[in-house]
Amino acid sequence: MTNSKDEIKNIPLKEKLILTFEENSEKLLGKKTSHISKIKQKAFENFKKIGFPDPKSQAWKNTDLSEVLSKDYEQLFNFSTEGTNVEELFQCDIHNFDTHIVSLLNGWYVNPSEQITKMPDGTIVGSLAKATEEYPELIEKYFGKAQNKNNNFTELNTAFSQDGIFIFVPDGVEVLKPIQMVSIINHEKNLLVNHRNLIILGKNSKLTFVQCDDAINHQTSFTNTVTEFFLEENSNLDHYKLQNLNNNSSLLNSTYFKQEKDSNLSTNSIILNGGIIRNNYHVNLDGEGCNSEIYGVYLMDRKQHVDNQVYVDHAKPNCTSSQLFKGILDEQASGVFNGHVLVRRDAQKTSAFQTNRNILLTNEASIDTQPFLEIYADDVKCSHGATVGQLDEEAMFYLRSRGIGEKNARMLLMYAYAAEIIEKISIEALQLRIDDMVKKRLRGELSVCDKCVLHCSKPDKEISFDIDMSKV
Amino acid sequence: MLLNIRNLHVSIEGKEIIKGLDLSVNNGEVHAIMGPNGTGKSTLAAVVAGKEGYEITEGEILYKGKDITDLSPEERACEGIFLGFQYPVEIPGVSITNFMRTAINEQREYKGLKSLTASEFLAKMEDKKKLVEIQSKLTNRSVNSGFSGGEKKKNEIFQMALLEPTMAILDETDSGLDIDALRIVANGINKLRTEENATIVITHYQRLLDYIIPDFVHVLFEGKIVKSGGKNLALELEEKGYEWIKEEVERMS
Repeated sequence: MTNSKDEIKNIPLKEKLILTFEENSEKLLGKKTSHISKIKQKAFENFKKIGFPDPKSQAWKNTDLSEVLSKDYEQLFNFSTEGTNVEELFQCDIHNFDTHIVSLLNGWYVNPSEQITKMPDGTIVGSLAKATEEYPELIEKYFGKAQNKNNNFTELNTAFSQDGIFIFVPDGVEVLKPIQMVSIINHEKNLLVNHRNLIILGKNSKLTFVQCDDAINHQTSFTNTVTEFFLEENSNLDHYKLQNLNNNSSLLNSTYFKQEKDSNLSTNSIILNGGIIRNNYHVNLDGEGCNSEIYGVYLMDRKQHVDNQVYVDHAKPNCTSSQLFKGILDEQASGVFNGHVLVRRDAQKTSAFQTNRNILLTNEASIDTQPFLEIYADDVKCSHGATVGQLDEEAMFYLRSRGIGEKNARMLLMYAYAAEIIEKISIEALQLRIDDMVKKRLRGELSVCDKCVLHCSKPDKEISFDIDMSKV
Repeated sequence: MLLNIRNLHVSIEGKEIIKGLDLSVNNGEVHAIMGPNGTGKSTLAAVVAGKEGYEITEGEILYKGKDITDLSPEERACEGIFLGFQYPVEIPGVSITNFMRTAINEQREYKGLKSLTASEFLAKMEDKKKLVEIQSKLTNRSVNSGFSGGEKKKNEIFQMALLEPTMAILDETDSGLDIDALRIVANGINKLRTEENATIVITHYQRLLDYIIPDFVHVLFEGKIVKSGGKNLALELEEKGYEWIKEEVERMS
């Protein structure tokens, strides 16, 4: 790690992290007496106790992190642009898709002008670190309240995270412009990043949030992020996650949604590339009349690995949740889907649906899929199912009989398969852009880590990330 | 001769379905193939179109004088063979527009022609839609997805109109159609008829042949064409049923 790397080279990552935390505790904990500081200290103590998960445990047996956890990583405890031209980052706008862009570089909030912005309607957008100073009452009310208390990586994140995105939408406010978070990893050495986001939707409010994870260079990185979403009564969140990382990246993305009465969640993950990607979705339906739509599509090849873990907790009656995850795995790619719906005893009139569909294009590609319902209420409508198959032979023949070559016919069918998820994207400009990316991905033309994923088809606006060694 | 099938034997998983079939079709002709269920009508159509999973154990299929049995389905399509499916496949997520534009342009590329531009293609599509009385919204939908039986069959003829094949084989295009849809589909087929192209209609019933007048009618029975004749043969079959053919076949053997 940064300070005393040589001394701690040959000891396991957990021990290194413990030492690093203790060495940097002043920076990591901030004011010792603050609320956050106590939560972080507690998380650290817990991580010290539980460490990394048992590779044989149910939750981890199909995703092997041994190599990721055996590497040596640096952590950056202070913000540095490392020569990245942050001005240029903000010049990028997407045709027809007007968003408010907030960026993270190596886990740190980047904005050349101000760290946090309060808009005329009262919406606050900016750095979580800055928000902790300026809006301590908001942070105290929400921080750490949605997360799972005993998750190894969440505890690690809670202890180590220093910055990330903070969004607060006041009661009754509809944020018209989608907020797009671009998280970029760009470092000349192996890097471990723990960033943290906190998104709060007040009563009757509305927000569209697009979360992009990207790696600029081909260096090894391990990103462990936690995002907590709070959906107050009758609020609406439209959430998109785009993951397009290089093959040396490991991304562990834990997303916690806490939903109050009559709130609506739609979350849609588009996973196009990455070395190892693990997404934990934790949806807590903690009020009556909530609705959650949890969708995802993954297109993986080479030795890429994707793991989606979805946990939906129906704690209150009259809620609906639907999950649909679809994947295409080519070459030696592997995937995991673990869906768990818990319907508690009081959660009568629950409707919960869960589907995972997969296409394996080769004999070496694999998927472990496990949809699972745990139901304690008696008046519920629930279903679950998983399929693993190949491309539809009849459809292939139909296309070919019209003169379409085998390769294009396969592409059309794969695209059509993914389109079911893409069609659910409600912002047209975003849908078109993602549609374009998926087509490129299927043709093998989508490059990773050139620029922010959403800018991939605008080569006229190059962003350069040359590293100036003098500043490191 | 446009299509010349000689002593064709076809097996599926070791079971012989077509047992020595001969059929010749010239440009400008319409042939009807009739026969009871399970006698190999759909197998014949699929084999000519190049579907995998069928083994040709004997005989040959000559198209424009060349044996096509080694060609892929897409190559056969580009050479001008079209199969109208008995059960058109639903493909959610692929729009008819995208599907047909890809197909036409791949066929044009095969023939060394320039791709149609988007506006040229759309104009062509508008033109052909009228032929089968298709409402515009149908073409924006996914291929056959959620279509009624009649819409699916209309869509087959619409595709045929766009692709302008030389040899069209229509496998039970009349099944599942009400009388209005049948009239529309049959009119479409008749309008597409030229001196250069040929059509084989496979059907159970005479009623389609009230609209499409065939030059020849063949009866396929137990993997062979056992009787051929003019359009009156269809009427005879309608009147006497297939039992009559069965008896005649038995008597001969």
